[in-house]
Amino acid sequence: MLQAHGLACVRGDRRLFSGVDLAVAPGQWLQVEGANGAGKTSLLRILAGLSPAADGRIEWEGRPVTDVRDDFHARLLYLGHAPAIKDDLSALENLQSAAAVGGRPLDEATALTALRRIGLKGREDLPSRVLSQGQKRRVALARLLCGQARLWVLDEPFVALDVGAVDMLCGILDEHIGRGGMLIFTSHQAVQLQGNGARLELTK
Amino acid sequence: MNAFVAILRRDLLLAMRRKSEMLTALFFFMIVVSLFPLGIGPETALLRRIAPGVLWVAALLAAMLSLNRLFAADHQDGTLEQMALSPTPLALLVSGKVLAHWLTAGLPLVLLAPVLGLQFDLSSRALGILMLSLLLGTPLLSLIGAIGAALTLGVRGGGVLLSLLVLPLYIPALIFGAGAVEADMAGLGAGGHLSLLGALLALGLFFAPWATTAALRIALE
Repeated sequence: MLQAHGLACVRGDRRLFSGVDLAVAPGQWLQVEGANGAGKTSLLRILAGLSPAADGRIEWEGRPVTDVRDDFHARLLYLGHAPAIKDDLSALENLQSAAAVGGRPLDEATALTALRRIGLKGREDLPSRVLSQGQKRRVALARLLCGQARLWVLDEPFVALDVGAVDMLCGILDEHIGRGGMLIFTSHQAVQLQGNGARLELTK
Repeated sequence: MNAFVAILRRDLLLAMRRKSEMLTALFFFMIVVSLFPLGIGPETALLRRIAPGVLWVAALLAAMLSLNRLFAADHQDGTLEQMALSPTPLALLVSGKVLAHWLTAGLPLVLLAPVLGLQFDLSSRALGILMLSLLLGTPLLSLIGAIGAALTLGVRGGGVLLSLLVLPLYIPALIFGAGAVEADMAGLGAGGHLSLLGALLALGLFFAPWATTAALRIALE
C-alpha cells in the first residue's frame, strides 16, 4: 500500500501543488488529473522517488519510503514521458536490457511473448529507430507484461496509441488491478477501468 | 551484479552499432599524435623527449571527445530515470557505464599508442612503459570524466564546460603518466610514477562512482 500525506511541490519560486494526500491499496487505481502544468508529472516523479517533495511524506507498506527504498523500487514499475527506448537497439533488445537494469532479467521467450501480445509481432528484431512513436510506446508498455511489479506508476500511458491499443492497454491495466496490483497514472482521456478506483484533481 | 553486466553489455552493443563515434576519437588521437613528427621534422632526440607528453596529451583529449555522450543520451531518452529506479545501486550501474566507456574509448588508445610511438623513435622498453602508464591512466580518465559528464548534464554548452571542468582534474594523471616514460628513459626507473598512478586509479575506482551518482541524482531532480 502506498500512502502520501501533505505532499507539496515547488518549481523555482512557483508552488505547483500542496497538501496532496493520497492512498492506493492493492486492487485500487488512481488517476491523477489536472490542467497542463498542474504538476501531474512532478507528482508521479515524487511518488516514484525520482525527485524529492518540497513537503510531506510518502509511506510504502506503512513505512517511510526512504527507509525501504530498495524494496520499494524492486516492486515499482515507472514509465515516464520518455519511453527509455534506444534507437539503435531492437525492440527485443530494448525490452530485455530494460528488464535487466530493473533487476528482473527476462529470457527471450517471455520477452517475445510480451512483444507479440502488445502488437509488435514481426517487428521484434527491427532497430527501434524505424518504429513509429506509437510502436515505441508499445515497446515501453511491453515491460508491463513481463514484470512482477506490484505498483505501476504510468505517466500518460495512452499517449500516441491508436484506438485498438488503448483498449488493449485498458485490458492489461484491468488485469493488473484484478491480480491485486496498484496503479497510479495520469491521462487526459476519460478512461474506464474496472475495479476500485479514484480520481485526484490537482489544483493550486 | 546482473544489472551491472546488463548495462555493460548494452553500452558495448550500442557502441558497436555506432562505430563512427568510437572511430572518430581514435582517428583524432592518431592524427594529433602524427602531426608532431611532421611539424618538427626528423630530429629524433627532440621527438624522443616530447613523445611521452604528446602521446599523453593526445590521449587525454581523445578520451574526452566521447565524454559528453556518456550520460546525455540516457538522460534524454529516459533510461537514466529507469537506472535511478533500479533496485541495483545506481553507483554500480554507473560503474558499468564507465567500464563500457573505457573499453570503447580508453583501451583502443592503449593498444594504438605503441604503434604511434614508433614515429617518435621510442625504444621498445619505453613503448612498453608508455602502454603500461596508459593502461593505468585511461581508466582514471574515464572515471574522472564521468563525474564531469554527470555534473554538466543538461547544461547548455555543456561540452566546453565539461572540458574546462575535467581537464584540470586530468593533470595528475598526465604528470605521472608522461613522467613514468620520461623517468624510465632517463634511467631513473618508472616504478614510482606507475605506483602513484595505480594509487590514483584505486582512489578513483572507489570514489568516482559515488560522486558521479550524486551528480546524476541532482540532474534528475
